Amino acid sequence: MNIITTDNLTKKYNNLIAVDNVSFSVLKGEIFGFLGPNGAGKTTTIKMLTTLLNPTKGSANIIDFDIIKNRDKVRKNIGVVFQEPALDTELTGGENLDYHARMYAISRDKRKERINAVLKLVDLEDKIDIIVKNYSGGMKRRLEISRGLMHYPNVLFLDEPTLGLDAQTRRAIWNYVKKMNKEEGTTIFLTTHYMDEADYLCDRVGIIDRGKILVIDTIENLKNSIGNDVITLTCSNINSLENRLEKEKWIFNIKKHDSKLTLGVEKGDEKIPLIIEISQSEKIRIKSISVRKPTLDDVFLHFTGRTIREDEKKINVETQSRFRMRGGRR
Amino acid sequence: MKATEIQAIYVMWLRQMKRFIRSKSRLVSSIVQPLFFLFILGSGFRVAIFEGVGDYLSFLAPGIIAMAILFSSMFTGISVLWDKQFGFLQEVLVAPISRISIIIGRTLGGATVALIQGSIILLISLALGVQISGAIGLIFTLLFMVLIAFTAVGFGLVIASKMEDFQGFQLIMSLVVMPLLFLSSAFFPVTSNPTMKSIAMFNPLFYMVDGLRGSLIIGVETVNSPLFNLIIVIFICIFMMSIGSYLFSKMES
Ligand SMILES: Nc1ncnc2c1ncn2[C@@H]1O[C@H](COP(=O)(O)OP(=O)(O)O)[C@@H](O)[C@H]1O
Ligand SMILES: [Mg+2]
Repeated sequence: MNIITTDNLTKKYNNLIAVDNVSFSVLKGEIFGFLGPNGAGKTTTIKMLTTLLNPTKGSANIIDFDIIKNRDKVRKNIGVVFQEPALDTELTGGENLDYHARMYAISRDKRKERINAVLKLVDLEDKIDIIVKNYSGGMKRRLEISRGLMHYPNVLFLDEPTLGLDAQTRRAIWNYVKKMNKEEGTTIFLTTHYMDEADYLCDRVGIIDRGKILVIDTIENLKNSIGNDVITLTCSNINSLENRLEKEKWIFNIKKHDSKLTLGVEKGDEKIPLIIEISQSEKIRIKSISVRKPTLDDVFLHFTGRTIREDEKKINVETQSRFRMRGGRR
Repeated sequence: MKATEIQAIYVMWLRQMKRFIRSKSRLVSSIVQPLFFLFILGSGFRVAIFEGVGDYLSFLAPGIIAMAILFSSMFTGISVLWDKQFGFLQEVLVAPISRISIIIGRTLGGATVALIQGSIILLISLALGVQISGAIGLIFTLLFMVLIAFTAVGFGLVIASKMEDFQGFQLIMSLVVMPLLFLSSAFFPVTSNPTMKSIAMFNPLFYMVDGLRGSLIIGVETVNSPLFNLIIVIFICIFMMSIGSYLFSKMES
């Protein structure tokens, strides 16, 4: 059963098309991810789906409620953890949750019980009475995730849930996300530009770039779609080898990137001798060659023509300045 | 009104109160600053004789109370910009509550805080020997205090909806609010000079200060009667709150 469906959802900012005729659906109970570089349109999509932005064109439904005509119903059924922190740092963790629960009309007895339950889920029970400005970055994120769950939402939106967090905290948050998906049956829509995050968490992934969805599938199918094995090689005359190899039927796809060739094939180890033979006959010298299982990075490279790491460098700089701003607000 | 909306208003109110009580520096400065004015101006101008002004401290006290309420409430309106900048506004806007409840709750919270501050200054003025009027005068005083608070929150909301950062706020404070305050008769009478008097007629703050003074202090000379001032201030308040709420409800996070 579909819990989110969008139909040609589009958002224009002046001349920029931030989200471009995006159509997809999310199944009840799954963890669905939008994977894409900075500026791909992930946050804009989430803001439209959570009723904070009006689409320029197209429509979307969440559990049969239209995001424009039936805002209140949509709002009751979703929880959101925004990319930017959205806590009141002058209040305690418990107060943040309590105020949230009141706004979602949860009764007094239920509130107490639920606050304890969601705090337990993210291991923050003992921090309930501490003012949020004294929380660490990871604790704030966990508190926000637990707050998103307070009112038993059918869908929880997580916009870059582990952006700017250290490796250990990221892993902890992944486990909380998995746990609540299992224990509470919450459908999760998340966005990320981390391959490992999408790989670890998501049942299905949509790769989004420059406002367009390039492909949507399960992680396994995505990986298989570019071949069972991936061969990467460097050589002396890369262009002529690429032209020559394009004629070979047993190569599913070829990508040239960063003075490397990446080939998708079956039974990679048997293909290495073949490639060496071909290149020798063309008088091309192979400098290095390796075979491995495809990763999401390969899938991303295949569909977008570049790796996400090039974009990520930019993001890291921006993230750092954002965190500086966060710290400086007191 | 639905119970959820009342809860939402209550939460917004409670949040303002909690933040106020916890922010020690705001608590202290919001009371110390007006007292500073009261003492410095009070002792400085006491020797100067303004025409038609009896006891200067009694003249000044309502002006300082109005100023304290004005600044405090404006701050509440402006702090929406804070919430926007630091994300909390999104949490509120995505909740299944109406924008109007958000505004009402915030305004009530801001007004409560401002009234507490105003009352503290009122008590201190009493201790300093300012003579105040009876029950009816106090009821009028309270009305003026509430109306000043609502108007200023509305004005703060207008600024917050239209501005992207806090620099614009500084500009408006020094180019608009301070001159209006000086020309409102809060600190010295504007009636002695005909030009200043006619300018005052277009100054919304003048009606608030003049009205508050006429209601609170016994035997003080005011330009208009408290009732006349009250009617004008009610209109100003409705006007300001409407623009403020309209702009806020249009605001995208
Ligand atoms: N309020 C805005 N006004 C103009 N352009 C915007 C605005 N918000 C986002 N954009 C642009 O829209 C594009 C998509 O942004 P966003 O959805 O934030 O991407 P992502 O979350 O994937 O990093 C970017 O090019 C961004 O610069
Ligand atoms: Mg984003």
